[in-house]
Amino acid sequence: MLAASLAVAIAFLTIPVAAIFFDAGPSDLVEALGDDTTIDALRLSLVTSAVALGLIILVGTPVAYLLATRRFRGRAIAITLIELPLVLPPAVAGVGLLVALGPQGFLGGIAADAGIELVFQTAGVVVALTFVASPFYIRQAQSAFEALDPSWLEASRTLGASEARTFARIAIPAAVPGLVTGGALAWGRALGEFGATLVFAGSFQGITQTAPLAIVELFGSDLNGALALSAVLIAFAAALLATVKLTSRGRGFGLVVD
Amino acid sequence: MSALAAGLAGCGGDEGEGAVDTLIVSAASSLTEPLEAYGETTDTDERFSFAGSDELAAQIRKGAPVDVFASATTSLPDALFEEGLVEEPEVFISNQLVLAVPSDSPIVGLGGLEREDVDLVIGAEGVPVGDYTRDVLDKLPAGASAAILDKVRSEEPDVKSIVGKLVAGAADAGFVYASDVSATNGELIALELPPDLEPVVAYSAAVVRDAGNPKSAQEFVDSLVDGEAHDLLLDADFLEPEGE
Repeated sequence: MLAASLAVAIAFLTIPVAAIFFDAGPSDLVEALGDDTTIDALRLSLVTSAVALGLIILVGTPVAYLLATRRFRGRAIAITLIELPLVLPPAVAGVGLLVALGPQGFLGGIAADAGIELVFQTAGVVVALTFVASPFYIRQAQSAFEALDPSWLEASRTLGASEARTFARIAIPAAVPGLVTGGALAWGRALGEFGATLVFAGSFQGITQTAPLAIVELFGSDLNGALALSAVLIAFAAALLATVKLTSRGRGFGLVVD
Repeated sequence: MSALAAGLAGCGGDEGEGAVDTLIVSAASSLTEPLEAYGETTDTDERFSFAGSDELAAQIRKGAPVDVFASATTSLPDALFEEGLVEEPEVFISNQLVLAVPSDSPIVGLGGLEREDVDLVIGAEGVPVGDYTRDVLDKLPAGASAAILDKVRSEEPDVKSIVGKLVAGAADAGFVYASDVSATNGELIALELPPDLEPVVAYSAAVVRDAGNPKSAQEFVDSLVDGEAHDLLLDADFLEPEGE
């Protein structure tokens, strides 16, 4: 009974992924990848998701550390608000970004005055990806920091290290496996982003058309192209997942408490 | 996307013939409002899947259990007919491609697109509204056409997402159908194209060959051709198809 449900779950979750590789032959897939729509889309996806990931790590790491190590009024509310995009439909995120940061949005005027254009721009894609993917990193990073033995941080402070130095030299190195896991999850989410990007940034080859948007466009006209792009995203997702598995197994630096 | 998801969810329905007839209708995005209104008037339980016609055709090619395909072009149903996937398609309505702008826009025609600094949104290639738009631009002198294409900021997967970008104020102009502009109740206005540039926008519908419910499917197509659905389309500013 239990084994049967496991078999059903595995079959259900893997057959659609495997079918992408079998529907068209490998040579058709490779050929379809040479198309400039697919190449532009992959390049744009890599660039925008990498920039988004950089922003998320830069801002998200101290946020996660703060949430993990301090107790303050409104902390639970802050955590809930930060996690909101996790459960938000991506199209809602896109509409929200558009009415907030679009040309007629209430922050859009300020942004426009500062010379920042987001809608229909690559920067808008980065904003959409950062919005939907950041909670994946912050959550994971927060639990990585929470798992650190507080006495190590305490010892660092007692020995005269500043809070910033404790964070940079003790907390971050010790939390690396958790941070890598969070980064990989956020990156995966950013690469898969569709709805918020389409609604907020639009879809234009080389500017805003990321791989998932190109897949949907190609689906109507060039199924092999859609399959080929899908196959590349699957390979990338698998690599990210493998990274997560490997980092969470090894290097704990002996600091992580269960 | 939600219409697509609803359509796919509807595909799971293997419950057999219930008391209420269920009909799965894959229809061009531009047909959304009038067909939903028509659905309210029938005893049949229509499950609509609205999306770009090209995407819907691709789903039918991959065996999606659809009963009726209503497309914003005749070429996609014709191709499916030749592939033996649908019964003979029938032209049921026509529409007018227009330049849509917000009601307070200073743009008054194609010339404005060429000269002004505008953000233009069009349909992606392969999506009927996108192909009609490219047909129009191809008829312009090369310089004018290039100047207009240079203003394109986004190529959308269906006509409703073009309308959305305009209504939200994200874009300044877009090529959509006259009926889509009417459906915004005054938020957008339609600028007609010069008659010699206007493409023939004919919609055709067909019963899908393996339809689970061929009788209701045929009734639905009949209603599109000259029944209540047809009248609702005319009310929504669609046009009588030109003589066959």
